[in-house]
Amino acid sequence: MFLKSSISIASVCLSLLVSSNMAFAAGECATGKTMKDGVLTIATGNPSYFPWVIDNKPADGKGFEAAVAYEVATRMGFDKDKVEWTTASFDESIQPGEKNFDFNLQQFSITEGREKVVDFSVPYYSAAMAVLVRKPTQEKGAKAELDSLKGLIWGADASTTAVPMLKKLIDPSEKPLLYNDNNDVVAAMKANQIDAALFDLPTAMYLGAAVLDDGVVLGQFPANRSENPDQFGMLMSEGNPLKKCIDEALVAMKADGKLASIEADWLQQTTGVPIIK
Amino acid sequence: MSLSTLTARQAHAQSVRKRSTTIAIISTTVVALLIYLLVPLAPGWPAVKKSFFNAEIFIKSFPTLLEAFLLDVMIFLWCAPLIAILGLVIALCRDARSPALYPLRLFGAIYTDVFRGVPVILIVYLIGFGVPGLGLSRPWNSPYIWGSLALILTYSAYVAEIFRSGIESIHSSQRAAAASLGLSPSDTMRFVVLPQAIRRVVPANMNMFIALQKDVALLSFIGPVEILRQAGVYKSLYANFTPYVVAAVIFLIITIPATRLADHLMSKQRRERS
Repeated sequence: MFLKSSISIASVCLSLLVSSNMAFAAGECATGKTMKDGVLTIATGNPSYFPWVIDNKPADGKGFEAAVAYEVATRMGFDKDKVEWTTASFDESIQPGEKNFDFNLQQFSITEGREKVVDFSVPYYSAAMAVLVRKPTQEKGAKAELDSLKGLIWGADASTTAVPMLKKLIDPSEKPLLYNDNNDVVAAMKANQIDAALFDLPTAMYLGAAVLDDGVVLGQFPANRSENPDQFGMLMSEGNPLKKCIDEALVAMKADGKLASIEADWLQQTTGVPIIK
Repeated sequence: MSLSTLTARQAHAQSVRKRSTTIAIISTTVVALLIYLLVPLAPGWPAVKKSFFNAEIFIKSFPTLLEAFLLDVMIFLWCAPLIAILGLVIALCRDARSPALYPLRLFGAIYTDVFRGVPVILIVYLIGFGVPGLGLSRPWNSPYIWGSLALILTYSAYVAEIFRSGIESIHSSQRAAAASLGLSPSDTMRFVVLPQAIRRVVPANMNMFIALQKDVALLSFIGPVEILRQAGVYKSLYANFTPYVVAAVIFLIITIPATRLADHLMSKQRRERS
């Protein structure tokens, strides 16, 4: 009797110990490393675009980046009510002072130059780059071939990696025109000032379908291309101790397939877009 | 009195001048030294220096930014004469005195109100994207044409007001004298009022043109890759703000001589008048 009760007490104690260890392990990594104790502050764009965030409301968790952020937060031990959202532009993220977020995700591409100033997590998405044109341009003979693309007038968002990619992958004969954001690029396309623009594939498909009436995604440079690959990472201040925890969470998500399932949920199937030769 | 010896008054004035100059030099050196020594003591200085005053990125981005600046200079060179002409025309519209020409006066007033009231960047967007969006074919829908037009329309409103103040500052006795000589109102304007008025407002107009040199950068919002846009591209690639400092230095190389020229003209005018 005494042995039975002592064994049961021991087993209860052991299970409590084990479960509390697991609870600690889930939240242990990130304790004390966030800007505000017990709260994870995530920044994104203002406004944030489809399909990365739906309806400019990241707190709802809808959209690829919003979903990935919440999943990473949960794995680090912050549930939905312990996550706060804020907005911060790229410029605010690279300025030398204090940041107002723990990490920032808005389709930031990881580049060597940027790595010197800020820290990136391991990539959470590999972006294919797609060429967006309007139907009249396609009818005039633009094809998903480099020779045809070289002769078009190009536009791009000036603060993205589309700019060096245009130069290296396509090298158009006329200097491209650059704009402040994707909406301005689309406005220039509507005004027929540019023929084609380079965006990441999900953005190109969204702009072609929803914003331009006659938009056509002409072709893509696939995500696993060897030249100028584009990988999105979460941006943090340099030397942020939180990086280890975020990387752990992302690696686990890739290993158990959760990241792939979030991608399948929010980013459309893009098998129909031809690859540019 | 020989030229080598000074009177007591002249000697005293000279010594006062020398003392003032010495005190000014000492005071300026002290301030410069304080800035040089105290600013780096701020805790964030190494980070700010790396982010804004990075020598390696300065050197890397300088040549391309200088090249991009040439586009700014070209846009300025073709906008400035048109602004001067349109500004004068609008000023003359506002000065139309005959009752039959009242619609011109009204047009001038509305024009200057609207284009001085709306921020330049809004006009650049509205005209730069809006007008080509109506369906113009290439090359007539170029952002260079419509962006420049937006700048020309805005700046001629300011220049028109400057010309109008110059015209109104010419004393009415000039017009009376011209009338007594038998000159018609348009001849009076052409031979008597305008030559004096334009000369009178040259310094104020120089101010507007110095401002125009910088506002040309607003055309970058609708596509052209001039210096501000190129600096932004570098900022994005290097995650560093030094390219903007390079752009600022290049702008200063042009605007400081222009400012000194404007100052020189203004002091020359003051000496002539008094």
